[in-house]
Amino acid sequence: MGKHLTINGKKVEFTDERNLLEVIRKENIELPTFCYHSELSIHGACRLCMVEVAVKGIMSACSTPPEPDMDIKTNTEHLIEMRKITIELLLASHDRECTMCAKSESCKLQYLARRLGIEEVRFKSIPRKEPKDISTYALVRDNGKCVLCGDCVRFCDEIQSIGALGFVGRGSQSKICPAFERDLESSECVYCGQCSRVCPTGAILPKPEFREVWKALSDEKKKVIIAIAPAVRAALGEVFGITEENGTELAGKIVTALRSMGFVKVFDISFTADMTIVEEANEFLGRLEKDDDMPMFTSCCPAWVRFVEQYYPDFIKNLSTCRSPQGMYGSIARRIMPEVLGIPKEELVVVSVMPCTAKKYEARRTELAKDSVIDIDYVITTQELALMIEEAGLRFADLEASAFDMPLGFKTGGGIIFGTSGGVTEAVLRNVMNTNGDEAEEFNFVRGENGVREAKLKVGSKELKLAIVHGLKNARKVLRDIRADKKRYDFVEVMACPGGCVGGAGQPVYSDLAVRKRRSKVLYENDKIMELHKPQDNPYVQKMYKDYLEKSGSKKAHEYLHTSYKYRKRFKETLEISKSSLDKVVNVEVCVGRNCLKKGSKEILKRVADGNNFKNAVNVQALICLERCSKGPTVKINGETFEHCTPDSVEDRVKEELKK
Amino acid sequence: MTIDLEKITQEFLSSRKNITKRVIVCAGTGCVANGSLKVFESLMRAANELGIEAHIELKEENKGAFLSKSGCQGFCQNGPLVNILPAGILYTKVKIDDAKEILEKSVKNDELIGRLCYHNGDEVCKGQEEIPFYQKQYRMVLKQCGIIDPENIREYIAGGGYMAAKKACTEMTDKEVCDLVLESGLRGRGGAGFLTGKKWDITRKQEGSKKYMICNGDEGDPGAFMDRSVMEGNPHSVIEGLIIAAKATGPDEGYIYVRTEYGLAVERMNKAVKAATEIGVLGDNIFGSNHNFKLHVMEGAGAFVCGEETALIASIEGKRGMPSPKPPFPSQSGLWGNPTTINNVETLATVPIIINYGAQNFRKIGTENSPGTKTFALTGNVANTGLIEVPLGTTLKHIIFDIAGGVADDKGEVKEDNFKAVQIGGPSGGCLTKEHLDLPLEFESLKKVGAMVGSGGLVVMSKNNCMVNVSKFFMQFTQNESCGKCVLCREGTKQMLLMLTDITTGKANEGTLTLLEQLAKAVMAESLCGLGKTAPNPVLSTLRYFRDEYNAHVKDKKCPAGECVNLLSYTITDKCIGCGLCATKCPVKAISGDKGKKHIIDGSKCVKCGVCMASCKFGAVARG
Repeated sequence: MGKHLTINGKKVEFTDERNLLEVIRKENIELPTFCYHSELSIHGACRLCMVEVAVKGIMSACSTPPEPDMDIKTNTEHLIEMRKITIELLLASHDRECTMCAKSESCKLQYLARRLGIEEVRFKSIPRKEPKDISTYALVRDNGKCVLCGDCVRFCDEIQSIGALGFVGRGSQSKICPAFERDLESSECVYCGQCSRVCPTGAILPKPEFREVWKALSDEKKKVIIAIAPAVRAALGEVFGITEENGTELAGKIVTALRSMGFVKVFDISFTADMTIVEEANEFLGRLEKDDDMPMFTSCCPAWVRFVEQYYPDFIKNLSTCRSPQGMYGSIARRIMPEVLGIPKEELVVVSVMPCTAKKYEARRTELAKDSVIDIDYVITTQELALMIEEAGLRFADLEASAFDMPLGFKTGGGIIFGTSGGVTEAVLRNVMNTNGDEAEEFNFVRGENGVREAKLKVGSKELKLAIVHGLKNARKVLRDIRADKKRYDFVEVMACPGGCVGGAGQPVYSDLAVRKRRSKVLYENDKIMELHKPQDNPYVQKMYKDYLEKSGSKKAHEYLHTSYKYRKRFKETLEISKSSLDKVVNVEVCVGRNCLKKGSKEILKRVADGNNFKNAVNVQALICLERCSKGPTVKINGETFEHCTPDSVEDRVKEELKK
Repeated sequence: MTIDLEKITQEFLSSRKNITKRVIVCAGTGCVANGSLKVFESLMRAANELGIEAHIELKEENKGAFLSKSGCQGFCQNGPLVNILPAGILYTKVKIDDAKEILEKSVKNDELIGRLCYHNGDEVCKGQEEIPFYQKQYRMVLKQCGIIDPENIREYIAGGGYMAAKKACTEMTDKEVCDLVLESGLRGRGGAGFLTGKKWDITRKQEGSKKYMICNGDEGDPGAFMDRSVMEGNPHSVIEGLIIAAKATGPDEGYIYVRTEYGLAVERMNKAVKAATEIGVLGDNIFGSNHNFKLHVMEGAGAFVCGEETALIASIEGKRGMPSPKPPFPSQSGLWGNPTTINNVETLATVPIIINYGAQNFRKIGTENSPGTKTFALTGNVANTGLIEVPLGTTLKHIIFDIAGGVADDKGEVKEDNFKAVQIGGPSGGCLTKEHLDLPLEFESLKKVGAMVGSGGLVVMSKNNCMVNVSKFFMQFTQNESCGKCVLCREGTKQMLLMLTDITTGKANEGTLTLLEQLAKAVMAESLCGLGKTAPNPVLSTLRYFRDEYNAHVKDKKCPAGECVNLLSYTITDKCIGCGLCATKCPVKAISGDKGKKHIIDGSKCVKCGVCMASCKFGAVARG
């Protein structure tokens, strides 16, 4: 016997639903919500999913577990009025310049105001006014549009384990921002942009660059080339109401659209994805053979790379040194294409279309620049591409498909599936297994939705252990397990966004997980109909190596296709305490982070800052933080870090240094 | 650790066997603010000068007088207070210069200094027993607050302290303790009045080895200081309550969450926990039982919302103090996901009394559904503000007129018809009016009339108070203290405040009142936590009982009580003889007129400060 309850007079069966909201939505009643996401914890703040439960009274459906024989009403006069009041209250403090908002078409606040028949806002309009945060390359934050649902805060914390955003202030003064009300660039943000994806309004948006692209297109002295990432073709159709099984037709339409906008060449990032695989597989086999810096981590997701650089400097060596497909496209486009296409270097403008906000940041990494020249000029998102198509007045659905330009337009199925979690691993396996004489082309065991998937397979005499991870919290767990020797892998693929690139923050906004799954399916279907499936079989890739890069792993290939990483400290504040005017000085940096301060770094600071102790021959700085919190107080003396310091030990050391 | 309470008691008693007199100076917050600590010092100094043997430490060889500080004695309006025992003398408003006289007359001899005594009319009251403020109370939880030295655990033990904890730990099962408390009918003193025994039983039945016990000392209502006084005056009674609650529900660890603004309470709770741990009433195998319990004192960071239990838990966990939806309730999943019981300070301080005297004896006090006593903080326009304790079911009339000595107007005069209303339960409560003077104060009856016992703040309003202004004051408080999480509380309190401001400044119309009422009901019905759900109470109850006053503001643009400055106008009547004093005093030169002739006020210049009215010797300025 199933358990039953009543919704609006209808008897409804329920099983393991976590809350009333799930039961009610299963009945095709779309109770409005701002703060409910099935992937996130229950927040209970928007008060829109309120229902009337007989005897118990008014309750929020999201936080109430279903119980047998509950009698629920979802649309009483009282509830309808309450919902209106709630939306009106939000609108009263909202910056209602909605027509100018980039989120206008997919804004949930607008949608609900329309749906609930709001005709006037009876309350005083006091919109929040605050300057936008435009500090990063990836995102723009605008608190005037914020409804304080906390979705961004919870996603960043619960799914990505970053916690770059939080609430500050009380009551109507409360707002969401990074710690200490800094800007996003000074926070721990890794630019994955999932906050903007879950934001129901325009409070967090990918930072647009398409205006600059239009400008370049209309500049007669410029030749603009563009390349689209694999995942773009799986999602752009959603904006124009096109659902296609495999994305080839759609990609063709994109090519037509871009050409008509004036791009001189339209390429496919899937080509450089193929190259990435060839290069990365080679690197992997090399490491495997030498058993050097194992496991190897993929490096095509810039948010993941930033994550490692920020939190796990000891794992930087495990990152594949291969550039991401965008990075490879950049260097080939900037350094090889002028010759191939006969375009003068100074006239070339390089653009890429990405499903991602972190790619905007990646393009500006100094490690990807040569002689201070950045390879890629502009990175636009799938959303921006849709806007450009609309702005150009193109009837997208009716466009004929056309083919990508060569040579960077030819790809194998291996390059296409890059856009979904597990795709990189599968493409690497197609390469590696082939090298070892195995002809398998589909590796279904690496596909799927689980946040951490493990696989074992035999390569020759060796057994390979693989892990496919998406979501940074999952990644953190895997890294911890590896560090603690609880797990051993050879190859680990990590994508910061759940689902991989198809779920990226540059894609059209989605909230239904089925949408993401459909996008993955499109890529796998696309792979099926491709002529070739193994990246190494791509004849244009082979030719590129032959003409310009010798062979995979060569010195040339390294110059063009590899990069480097560095430890990017999350947070550093220094304060100069005293500066010596003498020539021979000792530099002393005392950590005054919470832990060190508690363990007595203040006393150390006093001792060294006292000019009499060292005849004014020390420069003293207080800083937060040397990040050896469990071994504090930590003091850096002339560049060398000392742990468990005391005033005496530091004094002795400084005196030794002075004697030198 | 086995601790011998009997032995400690004997030692304590013998240490004071040579003590003939006790001088107790109130060191509650009110008295300290009035200089009681200086009075204490001057008493010590004077004793030295006069050669009177006085000690501040209890030792067997010490004889003569024993000088100590106590927690709040409640009679705050008349502080600093000095008690002299065993004579039972209570001196009020004592000054430093009085020290010598007190020592010479009342300590050395048994003389009474009349001028330092409280006067009830013409009658001189010797001590608590003769003062109506005390006579008419029933002090049970506060009984020892004004007597014992809160920093001396031995004195608490000598007064029978920790006997109840010992009994609970060694002679009773967890279920028996829960049953006893349930049988006593004790209800939470923090506001909602949930049955304490029932709450305990839910946690007791939860599976899982780790559980927590929390004492909620985050008292934040404006004008409320009951819990503060208990924590400052008798901290060990709270710890004893916690030990018993822990025995009943199963945790081995607990937190006392005290708001950081209560510096003295934090200090005394810390000292008390330390002393209790050292002496062995906290720790492992308490009283030789297999029950372990340790306590931490945690300071809140100053957010009112942290008095809400889920927000309080978040705060202890180191998170931002924001409430979370219930279910799950803390008793199921609380601190770090473990079953947790949260009780208010006063509730816990009541528990040892129930164990000691039995459930049935406890039920003899108070009413059928609300047994026991309740402490109230009396503030506002009453003759005697202070901390009181009365049986639940006591009428408002008894409290305001018998205990507090009646209602004073803006000139401080007590008159029969001054009374206008009482705000009970702070910003979450509602107002009560003349028609409720005979209403017995208990959980159900108050709920019925749209108010609540709340934590026990009683703010008395006189006829000079504007009720719209009162509800604006409380709305300002809640909108500042809302955590900002849920839409209705965050935006709703802001909008209600805007509307109330419009009403008090003459910018509102009748539609404003309709919308205000509608919004208030929405915020009450749908807010996430208790703060939001109760925030509209002051608005709704004043709208209910003082609708005319709202209408006067909205329709006639008048404030009948004369508090809303923007709605006032000053005019000069024919009584004016043209002396010109008002014109000289007026800070904005709004008054003009020839000498000897009636003056006039220029309404466009007037800032309604009222100086003219106050300065006129002929009563010729009228306010309307």
